[in-house]
Amino acid sequence: MSVAEAPTTRSEWLTPAGIRALFRERPIIPLLGLLAILVAVSEVIRPGPVSLNWAGVMIRAAVPLAILAGCQTMTMLTAGIDLSVGAVASMSGFLVATLVGDLGLPVAILTALAVSAVVGFVNGVGAGVFRVHPLIMTLGMSLVVLGLANVWQLLRVQTGSGVPTEFRQLGANIEFGFLPVSLILFVPLALIIMFLLSRTGFGRLLYAIGDNEVASRLSGAKSWQVLTVLYVISAVLAGIAGFLYSGLTNVASVTLANSALLPSVAAAVIGGTSIFGGRGNYSGTMIGALILTVISSILSSLGYPEAVRQILFGAMIVFVAAAYTRITTD
Amino acid sequence: MSQGSNGYLLEATGVSKRYGAVVALESASLRVLPGEVHALMGANGAGKSTLVKILTGGVRPDSGVIRVRGKDRKIHSPAEARRGGLVSVYQEPALIPDLDINSNLRLTQTQVEPFRHWIQELGLQEIDLTRKVRELPLATLRIIDLARALAIEPDVLMLDEMTAALPANLTESVLAVVNDLRGGERCTIFISHRMTEIASVCDRATVLREGETVGVVDVADADSADRIVELMLGEIADDMAEMAERPATSQRADGERPRIEVRNLAAHVRLRDVSLKLYPGEVLGVVALEGQGQDELFDILSGAERPASGEFLVDGNEVILRHPADAIRKGIVFVPADRAEALLMQRPVRDNIALPFSAPLRKWGPIRTSQEKPKVDRAIDRLQIDTRAQREVRFLSGGNQQKVTIARWVATGLETMLCFDPTRGIDIRTKHQIYPLLRELAEAGAAILLYTSELSEIQLACDRAIVIFGGEVVAEIPAGDADEATLLRAAHNLGSDAALPEEVLAAAHGADEGQEDVEKSER
Amino acid sequence: MSTTLDTPTKTTGRSLATLALIVRRNTWTLGLIGILVLLVVVTKIIQPSYGPAGIQGLAISVFPLALAAVAQTCAVLARGIDLSIGSMMALTSVVSATLMADRSEGFAIIVVIAVLVLGLILGAVNGALVVFTRVPDIVVTLAMLFVWAGAALLVLNTPGGGSAQWLSALTRGPLFSQWVPRAAVALLVIVGIIWIPIRRSRLGISLYAVGSDPLAAFRSGVSVSRTKIFSYMLAGLFSAIAGLSLTATTGIGTPVPGPYTLMSVAAVVLGGVGLAGGTGGVFGPIVAVVILSLLRTDMTFLNVDTNLATVVQGLILVGVVMVGSLIQMRRRET
Repeated sequence: MSVAEAPTTRSEWLTPAGIRALFRERPIIPLLGLLAILVAVSEVIRPGPVSLNWAGVMIRAAVPLAILAGCQTMTMLTAGIDLSVGAVASMSGFLVATLVGDLGLPVAILTALAVSAVVGFVNGVGAGVFRVHPLIMTLGMSLVVLGLANVWQLLRVQTGSGVPTEFRQLGANIEFGFLPVSLILFVPLALIIMFLLSRTGFGRLLYAIGDNEVASRLSGAKSWQVLTVLYVISAVLAGIAGFLYSGLTNVASVTLANSALLPSVAAAVIGGTSIFGGRGNYSGTMIGALILTVISSILSSLGYPEAVRQILFGAMIVFVAAAYTRITTD
Repeated sequence: MSQGSNGYLLEATGVSKRYGAVVALESASLRVLPGEVHALMGANGAGKSTLVKILTGGVRPDSGVIRVRGKDRKIHSPAEARRGGLVSVYQEPALIPDLDINSNLRLTQTQVEPFRHWIQELGLQEIDLTRKVRELPLATLRIIDLARALAIEPDVLMLDEMTAALPANLTESVLAVVNDLRGGERCTIFISHRMTEIASVCDRATVLREGETVGVVDVADADSADRIVELMLGEIADDMAEMAERPATSQRADGERPRIEVRNLAAHVRLRDVSLKLYPGEVLGVVALEGQGQDELFDILSGAERPASGEFLVDGNEVILRHPADAIRKGIVFVPADRAEALLMQRPVRDNIALPFSAPLRKWGPIRTSQEKPKVDRAIDRLQIDTRAQREVRFLSGGNQQKVTIARWVATGLETMLCFDPTRGIDIRTKHQIYPLLRELAEAGAAILLYTSELSEIQLACDRAIVIFGGEVVAEIPAGDADEATLLRAAHNLGSDAALPEEVLAAAHGADEGQEDVEKSER
Repeated sequence: MSTTLDTPTKTTGRSLATLALIVRRNTWTLGLIGILVLLVVVTKIIQPSYGPAGIQGLAISVFPLALAAVAQTCAVLARGIDLSIGSMMALTSVVSATLMADRSEGFAIIVVIAVLVLGLILGAVNGALVVFTRVPDIVVTLAMLFVWAGAALLVLNTPGGGSAQWLSALTRGPLFSQWVPRAAVALLVIVGIIWIPIRRSRLGISLYAVGSDPLAAFRSGVSVSRTKIFSYMLAGLFSAIAGLSLTATTGIGTPVPGPYTLMSVAAVVLGGVGLAGGTGGVFGPIVAVVILSLLRTDMTFLNVDTNLATVVQGLILVGVVMVGSLIQMRRRET
């Protein structure tokens, strides 16, 4: 980006400038187009499965990913990243599963969210006050969380654990054949995130800090406050996503959501959030999560071995991100 | 040596470049003769820098022909341009901050000996080549950058606002070196906003306006300065005369309480002992050579840094500012010289102006558009910011960007404004809007502290000026007496009777047209 | 008179100043070495029998991780980051193990060369994608993490293959003295012969230049794209060596990437390489890897749960970086 003057518009012949500008302003349009193409592809490859129920299954799988990707979107807006969401989500789901027997569901949930918030607070203080690069801070904290969760697991090995039925209903059930129950939780959550980003002073500061931290400081914004609150929010969201993951899979494990970490970053990127900060929004991220889910569903319905699926998954992330960059940057 | 049929060393014609919807250059042309120092002039956003970048391979043009010594050249990168004898010294030094000077020289395959020679020629003391670039002040870096370019002995040397960030003594030695480049086989393209510099070293001037070449002026002509201004500005040239009007100096009543008072402020090595009083309703100018402690003074006043010692009073009460937010709460706002420091480049104009509204913790909730929008609108109106075309501030011209940084504080309302060289690198048209605005704000009761590197601004905008030298205030001069020669003398800490050294006089020649003519005839 | 008297004091003054400058510029690395020495002492205290055997084991566990850290350093110096290092190690490891299994010792030489070339190619692909798609480094290499890991699975579904005797021998046992592990010597020699000439060349300077200020580098005539691809090729090369070292030390190839990528990022940061690029070198990260590994050894001596060892590693990563940035903040204030 800083060498913007070196490689100039090579893509001018690709699309007229007007369409590029439209895509740039409303990145959601090409994303929806891509999603439609993917759905069509999956129907062509193996006719049949695309149905209301299939849509429900896709959405159900995409919801927790979209929440984690929301963490990435918000932190990436400030030019940060939260690599602890996988560990926090796993820990939170696991904590509830081990505590629900003794404490009851509400207290177990509150405990899990409180622990998540503490992790987020440490992340935020590290990134905001001590100015540790968020990548390092959250990476380090994910090691800490994973290790502590393992220790906790050893301590609780005799009491046993089980995912609460409420979580299973919330995370896994699909009503009327197409409506995942998790939407009850997700729709308000998504609306809150979108409102937070576009209509509040806090959201404005997220964009401002990611765009130019010095300017934000000169305008009176204290970035340590913003970052601390931001990483707490991110960790709490990750904790909530953890409930859905444990419900969806009916597994309580300390590494349950770890595999969702990198896809959550990918979803935010595909959704048009710039990893350099200052650019992006949550609606794109949600579509991004859905796109990733559909891609992996197509790959598995093709019956390819794991190896090929991984290769195609990676290749598609590069392809989508590249196409996106090409369309939207000048 | 053959220079092609027409004798031009460098000939660029029909050069155009657009960034998306923004036209940076529209059929610009530039023809430079061997042995000449050629000025490239134009208001901000006229396309000077873009043209230089195209000539040195930094930017690829959409169309246009570039000929060097009559031969067509396609220039794809700075490395290629350098091999072809086209070298530029950019506004931001092309030096790698984390490498020492030696490595930087190796990067461009520059010989050390000629480099040292030019460093001395440019008036810099001997420098340690193992110093990291990051550890050196900007002015030194620009000199190093220039010396490195000179050491290559390029056919075409381009200097983009070379003197902008330089203190007077270095400016003078740079101009002397440029002057010596006249004659011979090579040529220099010189970009500057300062008319006096153009008049003293350039032979001809090509004027750009809105990306087009609108004329070439022979600098030796008697009315060249007027013609250049006319060409640069087009229709608004007439207004310029009004700028010379001096505001009336208001008399300060005895016992009036200053808005800001600092006593014996010190910080780091540079700021030793500064005391000043800033009253409501006045614009107080600050004059200093580069690095005399003015940066630190403004950082302290704006809350970005804390002083090592000294008292800081706002409205008579002592304050300790830990963060710019504290200063803002006290009504003290800061406009930095570098717009990249103040703006959210990817955000719209409105968001940039409204940013301070959301900064305090209690304003993190839902944005109250009904309260915010009228204030933002009023600020946009008052500063006549062009918001039509662009959603993102980075697409605005430099002048418009600077206006946004000021509009931000006009919208929030301000009691004290600290302006650090707000007109650096800005076109005359915008300057013409900024000075009256500062006066207006002062007349409405604001206290304004204005540091400027252009001494002529003091008389245009200020009521009085203080001069800082070696981290101490060495003079206070009422605006009426603050002509450039006086200020310059004070800035070098020379008594009013003391004779100026010749080189300082030469830098101050702007005040003395006659001497210039003598210099010219000598050539 | 006075000048002749002045001269010697001046030169000593100057050399002292140079020394001070060297110390000031390398505070971080010197601090790391200090910590390492302290840690060795602590190890000797808590485990008096710690000796040649312990150092042997340490060297072998450090070997692949240190190479991964050097690979990461190459990418980070040019303001990139390579999240696919672990996957590239897995891929090169299984390729080498598959090709070397049940083959002659001589053939293994060809395999080693081929795998090194493969590493360069993998890195070149990463770099070319970063440069030509203009997608941020972290995203491209994140995606390539999947691609290379999938490719590794394609080559070898389960751990298997074999290693040539001479290759394994390179990393095992002592050299000259029982206190000098062969693996440590091999590591330093390998890194030395690749890194030192590069660091001294214009290409090496370009690497730092691109990381420090890409625009200034471009204007100084450096090809930013080419340098960037080169940095990823170096990262690929070192990853391939790391992959080979995995095969050599374990005797088989494992298709599942180990925790090397994230640990390499941690080691790079601990080693004093700025994530923003342009500062630091390969030496710091190697020392950081030794510290991290020795710390783990110490905790096993102390019978600390391995899970808690993970916690401690995370805390150290966070803590050291925090202290580092605190020092930086202090320095800026004074």
